[in-house]
Amino acid sequence: MNDIVLDAPSPLAVASDFARARESILTISHLTVSFDGFKAVDDLSMTIEENELRVVIGPNGAGKTTLLDMICGKTRPTAGSIRFRGEELTRLSEYHIVRRGVGRKFQNPSIYEDLTVSENLEISIPQARGVWGSVFFRKTKAIRERIERVAEEVMLADHLRMKSGKLSHGQKQWLEIGMLLMQDPQLLLLDEPVAGLSPREREQTAILLKKIAAGKSLVVIEHDMDFVRSIANKVTVLHQGRLLSEGTVDEVQADPRVVEVYLGH
Amino acid sequence: MTLVQKHGEAAGHAATAIALLGIIPLALDAFWINLVGKYLAFAFVAIGIVLSWGYCGILSLGQGIFFGIGGYAMAMFLKLEASAPELPDFMVWSSVEQLPLWWEPFKSLGFTLFTILALPIAVAFPFSYAIFRKRVSGVYFAIVTISLALTVNVLLVGSQGETGGANGITDFRTLLGWDILGDGSKRTLYFVEALLLLAVMALAAALVHTRFGKLLIAVRDREDRVRFSGYDTAMIKAFVFSVAAVLSSIGGSLYTLQVGLITPGLIGAVASVEMVIFAAVGGRLSIVGAVLGALLIGFMKSYLSEQFPEFWLFFLGGLFIFVVVVMPNGLAGTLQRLVRFKA
Amino acid sequence: MSFDIAVTQLFNGVSLFTILLLMALGLAIVFGLMGVINMAHGELMALGAYTTYLTAKFFEEHMPSLMNVYLFFAIALAFGVTFVFGYVLERGFIRWFYNRPLDTLLATWGLSLVLQQTYRSVFGAQEVSVPLATWLSGAWTVSEGIQLPLNRIFIIGLTALVAAGVYLILHKTRLGLRARAVTQNRAMSSAVGIDTNRVDALTFALGSGLAGIAGSVFTMIGSTNPGTGQLYIVDSFIVVVFGGVASLIGTVFSGFAIAQAQTTLEYLMSGSMAKVSILLLVIVVLYFRPNGLFAPKMRS
Repeated sequence: MNDIVLDAPSPLAVASDFARARESILTISHLTVSFDGFKAVDDLSMTIEENELRVVIGPNGAGKTTLLDMICGKTRPTAGSIRFRGEELTRLSEYHIVRRGVGRKFQNPSIYEDLTVSENLEISIPQARGVWGSVFFRKTKAIRERIERVAEEVMLADHLRMKSGKLSHGQKQWLEIGMLLMQDPQLLLLDEPVAGLSPREREQTAILLKKIAAGKSLVVIEHDMDFVRSIANKVTVLHQGRLLSEGTVDEVQADPRVVEVYLGH
Repeated sequence: MTLVQKHGEAAGHAATAIALLGIIPLALDAFWINLVGKYLAFAFVAIGIVLSWGYCGILSLGQGIFFGIGGYAMAMFLKLEASAPELPDFMVWSSVEQLPLWWEPFKSLGFTLFTILALPIAVAFPFSYAIFRKRVSGVYFAIVTISLALTVNVLLVGSQGETGGANGITDFRTLLGWDILGDGSKRTLYFVEALLLLAVMALAAALVHTRFGKLLIAVRDREDRVRFSGYDTAMIKAFVFSVAAVLSSIGGSLYTLQVGLITPGLIGAVASVEMVIFAAVGGRLSIVGAVLGALLIGFMKSYLSEQFPEFWLFFLGGLFIFVVVVMPNGLAGTLQRLVRFKA
Repeated sequence: MSFDIAVTQLFNGVSLFTILLLMALGLAIVFGLMGVINMAHGELMALGAYTTYLTAKFFEEHMPSLMNVYLFFAIALAFGVTFVFGYVLERGFIRWFYNRPLDTLLATWGLSLVLQQTYRSVFGAQEVSVPLATWLSGAWTVSEGIQLPLNRIFIIGLTALVAAGVYLILHKTRLGLRARAVTQNRAMSSAVGIDTNRVDALTFALGSGLAGIAGSVFTMIGSTNPGTGQLYIVDSFIVVVFGGVASLIGTVFSGFAIAQAQTTLEYLMSGSMAKVSILLLVIVVLYFRPNGLFAPKMRS
């Protein structure tokens, strides 16, 4: 079972090393999706750079979640392209996109409540994803250490053996982020990671995300402007499926179009 | 998994082994042993249902199809041996003059055994993988499989000359010249079946403790999340469904050997749904429970439909409702709760 | 194929279509609209059929002069009985299983077994049948080669009436509007003051009542036994699923397509092979359109 080797760079990652230097990690161009004629995302183009933490904001129905859905393959675009390190994603299935290095966190914590925290993390390991691989999978010392390391990072080291259904809401959010980290993705898509969290938990999450962004790219959907200010270096504003504005938090907040959309006429 | 659970599970397996290999053969006469053998055939099916439904959330109402594959393959072989060099009697009655081509290979025991193991996979895997890739909901899968069970049943009944029609295939008594209907050979067959069942139980228990077993639960509870952890969930589901299919087929072939006949009634929609209740009563997450459920309901069926025929359907219907409402985790779940309560 | 045969075939197709539609309409509401998998739906049809049988008995004994019109009373009564039964069933049984589709399936299967045995204990295992009113027996001779049975024509007319009625109830009455609102957004409906429990029960009762009408009408073309319901249930599900749940128009079209295909195939091959082909065909189509023929594309 050669897919159980830990931390071996995939041939793909090596091949794209060269491209990495010149190309953005994610290039979206002219992306459109319509549901029975209604365009949820309309001719959207944007790029995400390596190690960038990008926040996407916009009023309800702006197409934020739909955008993430299309990047990770959950929804198929009607037109346009999404290139991840030069590779077209729109034709790949979800699990292939994940294997390329794109991780997705959902709005509501999506974890396996019947399994322990440790098992949740274990399942997210990017090895032994085949049927036979998972049947003959053995939890080595390296894997155990990796689980502990990630649990530490997402502040769950003391709860490894607890059924994850018993965690608090905030801890569930962190566990899902931890599961993404186990996958070792290059690009993380987070849909409202601090929704329903206490102010203190928000602070901790902000620190966590900034730490992650040191080595990976992130796209975060968020409503809370204080939180956005505390993490973002660049903000994209969507409105009715289109790109309204892009820039730093201050630039965006000074943009009259953004003000109009948020405050009404 | 807690310590109590782990020990409880091992104890359950051990108790089953002692009961099947020790108590039952010592305490019961040939007639009863044969009856137990008949119900144990359904235990194979029930273990498959525990794996696919209990662990992975796939409710198939068409397990009878695979039971039929095993049962009919075995019956065809035995029937050919019984009637050689003539044609099987039911073919003669339907004035079929030449052995249908697809019957030919069943003259060989090797091919028959191969069919029993391989055909269910060849049917179940591509079919279910294609369907699971389309992400149909559990309800759709249940309806599609129950319609298929109905279809196969109609097909079998409708082609009297090639399958024996509604009467099925019966009237054979030797396996490679060995009389399978004598008391001694029934005992031998029983032991073969019991050993096979214990092996299957051990393998199934080992399977659910691997990472694959955890994946099954993960897929059942949050298929989306598993997909976004980079797994091909359709493959996982198709795999476990195929395992369940093979187990059903093995059960079917043993049923034919134990009972001496196979009929389309065992393949149809009603029989297929009934198989689910074996697993549900025992506990949809318990392998030992599946065996217990199959034995218990088998005996209840024989007893009630003989003593109080009008009561059997009330009982079975009530059982479906009772299990869903009161005992969602079956006997095993209730037992576990009691043990944990004391511990 | 001659003209006469073609017309007869077409008529047979339309006739089967109306039967399938009548069968599926109730399920289209219960399963399609509400999402409740009621495996005992067939037994509700049988209940309608037995109600009709009892009504016929009653008229035969007490008002033989009205035997020609008993059917209209029977249909109304069958609807009433199954409607009430459905209402009670939803309140006392079904509602405990909302959001647990597979459990609903198993529990209602259990219920169907209990009901079957009840029918057997009460009415006996043998088939019962009702006398056909004189004005419904016989056929309308269109031409030398074309004879159309009157009872079939009656069923076609009645189905058209029932289908139109269902459409009107769902789309032109308050109950219909509320039923559709509740199925689309339960929390919101209850927030704007709709008694969702009552709407659920009434909607379920309506679907059950339609099953009762279907069962009543089927006594005109066949006899009834305790297992009758099971013959219908899988077919009904297939019609609804094929059309696309949550789409009444879909159910109509799918009933029509399946009926036409079946009568045509039955002309070409044996009945069982035709049925097998239809089932396989439906499964193949469902593979390419898993949400049925008439499913709207939705934002997930």
